[in-house]
Amino acid sequence: MDRMHFGEHSSTQFNEALESIRNNLMEMGGLVEKQVVDALQALLHADSDLAQKVLDTEDKVDKLEMLIDEECTRVLALRQPAASDLRLIIAVTKAVSDLERIGDESAKIARMGQQLAEEGESPRGYVEVRHIGNHVRNMLRDTLDAFARFDAKKALAVAAEDNEVDLEYRSAMRSLVTFMMEDPRSITRVLNIIWSLRALERIGDHARNIGEQVIYLVEGKDVRHITVDEIEAKLKK
Amino acid sequence: METAQQLDKRSLGNNDAAKDKAIKEQDTMTQDTPYPEQTVGSPYVDDPKMRLRDVEVFYAENQAIHGVSLDIGKNEVVSLIGPSGCGKSTFLRCLNRMNDTIDICRVKGDLRLEDQDLYDPKLDVVELRARVGMVFQKPNPFPKSIYDNVAYGPRIHGLANKKYDLDEIVENSLQKAGLWNEVKDRLHSPGTGLSGGQQQRLCIARTIAVSPEVVLMDEPCSALDPIATAKIEELISELSESYTIAIVTHSMQQAARVSHRTAYFHLGRLIEMNDTDTVFTKPEHDLTEAYITGRFG
Repeated sequence: MDRMHFGEHSSTQFNEALESIRNNLMEMGGLVEKQVVDALQALLHADSDLAQKVLDTEDKVDKLEMLIDEECTRVLALRQPAASDLRLIIAVTKAVSDLERIGDESAKIARMGQQLAEEGESPRGYVEVRHIGNHVRNMLRDTLDAFARFDAKKALAVAAEDNEVDLEYRSAMRSLVTFMMEDPRSITRVLNIIWSLRALERIGDHARNIGEQVIYLVEGKDVRHITVDEIEAKLKK
Repeated sequence: METAQQLDKRSLGNNDAAKDKAIKEQDTMTQDTPYPEQTVGSPYVDDPKMRLRDVEVFYAENQAIHGVSLDIGKNEVVSLIGPSGCGKSTFLRCLNRMNDTIDICRVKGDLRLEDQDLYDPKLDVVELRARVGMVFQKPNPFPKSIYDNVAYGPRIHGLANKKYDLDEIVENSLQKAGLWNEVKDRLHSPGTGLSGGQQQRLCIARTIAVSPEVVLMDEPCSALDPIATAKIEELISELSESYTIAIVTHSMQQAARVSHRTAYFHLGRLIEMNDTDTVFTKPEHDLTEAYITGRFG
């Protein structure tokens, strides 16, 4: 984080444009984080109203995505940014699309919550949802934090966490599939839980993607599509 | 190290006092950030066309260039960038002894074009300048016809004995400079009657008419409009197939577009030299980063 001085350009307008992009990104991150938290609550407590609130926020998130993209396009066209400025713009445009997808996934979870509220609770799976949900929530918080502070180490930690989430997801799937085989009447309701777990696992992936963009932004190295060990090796070079 | 920490603190400071301080410090940042002891990146290449070591230039008592060492590879386009007064033009002018024309200017160091010592007292400077040609910031055609502008060099160097040979050199050079189609019907009208962009291409044609090995360009596009600039840039990449090119430019986008490697000069020192891609996406040194991103200069 030694060289991320985005407020020091000779042009104050350029400073303001970058500042505005970062602020909007953080606002969008905050909204999406809240969506994930609310969607989990709605699912765990069969709270239809809260689920509706999550769905209503989608529109706001989409608009922010478009606003940030527009701001980035304008900076690219007018300022021809280079070096860290360029990496910031690229990282932000990629991060917003991941954030928007996280918003979509939480909307899915909210819808599952609404269905379970109508059809009755699933006999199994809430422990897993709570556990993986908390995990993913922390990842999202950390990855946004890493972006705000240009902290590549923290971003790397998020990538490592994603591996754990993937393991937990697979083991939860195994136990839920076994349960459905034993009790076929529960399949519809358990499936709702499975879809939600799937959505959570995807959110973890998106959080990891954002973390990878942070590493690109800070270190200038492309660390997508490689394992955590390989990322570490690449960063040491 | 202390300055690096100051910079860190500055980036974290959000309150107004910190901002004011940052604005004040911005002006002095050039002094605050330490120079690297050695040029950062990869200033040297294997089998260079020009090998320049420990170059120092003085104007009377003032030292303008402090121990710059770099290589220019064969058929490579190297761009020299940096804030005004950083010595990039001065350095470029050492490469064909243009600085000889300034009385108070002294050049030290080991400058070689392949095996030839550029500052060998026995060296014929006119011959050197035929091998290392130069294009200047302002188009400066001779007050002669288009044809004679291009034919001037080959004539004084005795490159063509017959009219036929000379015609061929003129046509080839104008073709290479991308000007032939525009001027072929008026080769004997004055060169000064062309547009700015055409004049600059005429000067390039004049430079390459004597088949130089290296072409030096000192802000060749700064007096041109965007379309003329685009044509010159296109020309530079075509010329690099036959020539080695060093270009000084104030337009960083231009450096990014045309050159293979970029050298960043700062107050007479070569701070960083790297692949152009690296310099513009992930520069190694803080001063390069600050200049590329428009934080000073």
